[in-house]
Amino acid sequence: MSTELPVLKPADFASDQDVRWCPGCGDYSILAQMKKVLPELSIPLEETVFISGIGCSSRFPYYMNTYGMHSIHGRAPAFATGLKSTRPELSVWVITGDGDALSIGGNHLMHAIRRNIDINIVLFNNSIYGLTKGQYSPTSKVGHVTKSTPLGSIDHPLNPISVALAAEATFVARSIDVNAKHLIKTLTRAAQHKGTSFVEVYQNCNVFNDGAWDYMKDKATKADNVLELENGKPMVFGNGEKGIRLNGFTPEIVALKDVPVDDLLFHDESCPDPQLAFLLSRLKHPHFPEPIGVFRSVERPTYDDEINRQVANATENQGEGQLSDLLSSGDTWTVE
Amino acid sequence: MISTTDQFPPTSKPSESVNGVTVRLAGDSGDGMQLLGSQLTNTSALSGNDVATFPDFPAEIRAPRGTRAGVSGFQVQFSAEEIFTPGDGLDALIAMNPAALVTNIEDLKPGGILIVNSDSFAEKDLKLAKLDTNPLDSDKLESYRLIQVPMSKLTRTAVEETKISTKLADRCKNFFAMGLVFWLYGRDVEPTLRFIEAKFRGKEDVSNANRLALKAGWNYGETTEDFASTYQVPAAQLEPGTYRNIMGNQALALGLVAASKLSDKKLFLGSYPITPASDVLHELSKFKRFGVRTFQAEDEIAAVCSAIGAAFGGSMAVTTSSGPGIALKGEGIGLGLILELPFIVIDIQRGGPSTGLPTKTEQSDLLMVMHGRNGESPLPIISASSPADCFAVAIEAWRIATKFMTPVIILSDGYIANGAEPWKMPAVEELPSIEIGHPVADGTPFEPYRRNDDLARPWAVPGTPGLMHRVGGLEKEDGSGNVSYDPQNHQHMVKTRAQKVQNVANVIDDLEVDGAESGLLVLSWGGTLGACRTAARMCAQQGKSVGHAHLRWLNPFPKNLGEILDRYDQVLIPELNTGQLRLLIKSEFSVNVEGFNKVQGKPFAVSEVTEKINSMLT
Repeated sequence: MSTELPVLKPADFASDQDVRWCPGCGDYSILAQMKKVLPELSIPLEETVFISGIGCSSRFPYYMNTYGMHSIHGRAPAFATGLKSTRPELSVWVITGDGDALSIGGNHLMHAIRRNIDINIVLFNNSIYGLTKGQYSPTSKVGHVTKSTPLGSIDHPLNPISVALAAEATFVARSIDVNAKHLIKTLTRAAQHKGTSFVEVYQNCNVFNDGAWDYMKDKATKADNVLELENGKPMVFGNGEKGIRLNGFTPEIVALKDVPVDDLLFHDESCPDPQLAFLLSRLKHPHFPEPIGVFRSVERPTYDDEINRQVANATENQGEGQLSDLLSSGDTWTVE
Repeated sequence: MISTTDQFPPTSKPSESVNGVTVRLAGDSGDGMQLLGSQLTNTSALSGNDVATFPDFPAEIRAPRGTRAGVSGFQVQFSAEEIFTPGDGLDALIAMNPAALVTNIEDLKPGGILIVNSDSFAEKDLKLAKLDTNPLDSDKLESYRLIQVPMSKLTRTAVEETKISTKLADRCKNFFAMGLVFWLYGRDVEPTLRFIEAKFRGKEDVSNANRLALKAGWNYGETTEDFASTYQVPAAQLEPGTYRNIMGNQALALGLVAASKLSDKKLFLGSYPITPASDVLHELSKFKRFGVRTFQAEDEIAAVCSAIGAAFGGSMAVTTSSGPGIALKGEGIGLGLILELPFIVIDIQRGGPSTGLPTKTEQSDLLMVMHGRNGESPLPIISASSPADCFAVAIEAWRIATKFMTPVIILSDGYIANGAEPWKMPAVEELPSIEIGHPVADGTPFEPYRRNDDLARPWAVPGTPGLMHRVGGLEKEDGSGNVSYDPQNHQHMVKTRAQKVQNVANVIDDLEVDGAESGLLVLSWGGTLGACRTAARMCAQQGKSVGHAHLRWLNPFPKNLGEILDRYDQVLIPELNTGQLRLLIKSEFSVNVEGFNKVQGKPFAVSEVTEKINSMLT
């Protein structure tokens, strides 16, 4: 084919629908960055599909000028699995939230990830149910006072990165809604990964849980609270003054003035064992800086490749099935 | 057309010709009764009989050995005449242990043949069956032709030369029983020998032992003085054509693959294992070279959702389950309905509610598939009437789903799913292709919910340039498909979706009546066709004015149903539920209908229906 693909711009990915998230919602930034990421992937509009569940984040497909499905609560990975298994050439994104993915849809998230179907799952984590107006979510902290927990939540929260790793994820990353540069880089990496890419985005709900991630964003605190993961690099944060070192199996914060950089923990996102990634997923504020970036990126056969390979092999080995073969299978007899 | 081999010479005993025979094989669920039954069925079908079967097994894979709970049965009727049911009373019962004997003996006709494995009537066996005395010693069996065969001992001796363990040798006794039954009814052993060879390939000693056991059983019949003669059931006068024996779930799988070929669509099945639907998943997973992709999902919900994802992508999508699974799929099916995407939902009904009776049959999901979704959510519903009918039903469901852009529900049941009958295979050229169009961009703005005369919307699939659009579960504006909360639009959309389903009545067959045009009408649906048709004809033969009509589509009803109902003084609706079709009929037509309702996990016996008809006519 000598035809050149038309060069797409972010605006080409905008649908004709008015965006109706609350003013100031973190979703606006994620939508804007996604529109910048997609043109760089050189995938035509018509070969991109966004599938979402239910929740604020799940309105996302309506705002994209691609194919899209706003499905039912928690099930987006299952729709995506059926689509990608039968149309592996499509680029399929799942847009979900903390309630959608980890509460009602926990089962589907886990199974899509372990099958390693080649889809990109972006989880907007605002630690609250926004669309239903402010109940605690499976990522809300213990003690969180919400409409349904006037005395504070007594549910222990899930850690989305740990969940994805436990589900045998091949690509796990985290970013922040308003960190445009980092989010673009992270979504691009997710799109390029073959297999299920899982990206948690810290997203602010300015109406029901405002400021939940401020410690990761505020100029005054972010240097001490954000650990930006870079493959092959030592784990340095705090404006280059602090690092993470392993003491046995336990991470500890050290001052670089006391400890040489070579003693620090070095990031290896492609390590076959997920232990390092899991250890990183447990670093939580306020005891540690929280990592952003790619925790894990490894290769494993994808479900969509395998399901289609079995069909292709059977067809090659036994010949393409014809209706006449089908109808004459088994023991038959003829009545004259 | 009995062809015998060197090992199995023709019998030297006299042979009595009979029109038809009903046999039940009963034993422990690990005794191989289902295998024995399916071999007897296949062999009988291959020798030209009409056959109908009723496998009946416990939900437990291995219930405690020798107990009544663990009894597994397989009933087969083979006949020289056209038959529609596996038979009422038994001509012969083969009971492999005391539990099998006591739980089945009531169905044996007086004078019927009762063959028992006398080796399994020791004190411990009686205790397991909760019996104080040995039923073989009781005079209650006097009205039957009791034949006691020490099957365990005879089988062990027969397979001695293979030197297999006693445990393995004992597992061959179903083939001994099979040999004896085959001898008794003059069945050809060749197909079973081929089966043994294929099934036990690589395990030569087991293969050989089973062959020897089969032979020993056959020889036992030939030499024992217990049997003076064999029985021959001549071939039935079936319509000319090529036949195979087929079970309902197999026929469904074949029908789905055929529909995918006829419509030139890749078939995708999203399914989660459940009794009695799993065999459709098993069968379809073998058809990869036909372009079939099967996905064993993490749960019932993911199964239907994956199917909808595949339908969005332009595939022929199917999800299969039974009642509990269909209940879980409800929200997903509702989404498919409002997305107006074509796919097939198959409900192989079983006894409910809840887990209910997983291995037993019932017709109690009709109202669930009709009404069991939130909001106004009508869907076309088609029902299969027999194992072979499942093939045609699958094709018809897909034709309607794609013509009207809607999910279609297929109702089958455990009785159809596991039952078998001869199937006259259609010629490939007799099957009309299913035309499906997908739009391409024509320069005008694309409206995903712009409808044609059938009220169907276009099926635009991802990958098509210029037709990018979003669908979702929120109410949408007709035409543009944009999210709409407009009150008038919602009412219009609810009406439109309902009218679309009603439009299916324009293209389905009219209801036909078998028998009298007035008097009493028996109206049935689903797997009760055989019992109702046989009963109605028997009553008609006795000079009674009885007609029978069988509904294939439950939603919408055929257009002439009201007119037919009006012609009769009385309408009887027999159902394996407490009156679900009756409720639908009464809500749509102002006719008096009487129900005949059985919920025992078992199909109707013909005699039950005839008795009911007769009671209404006196």
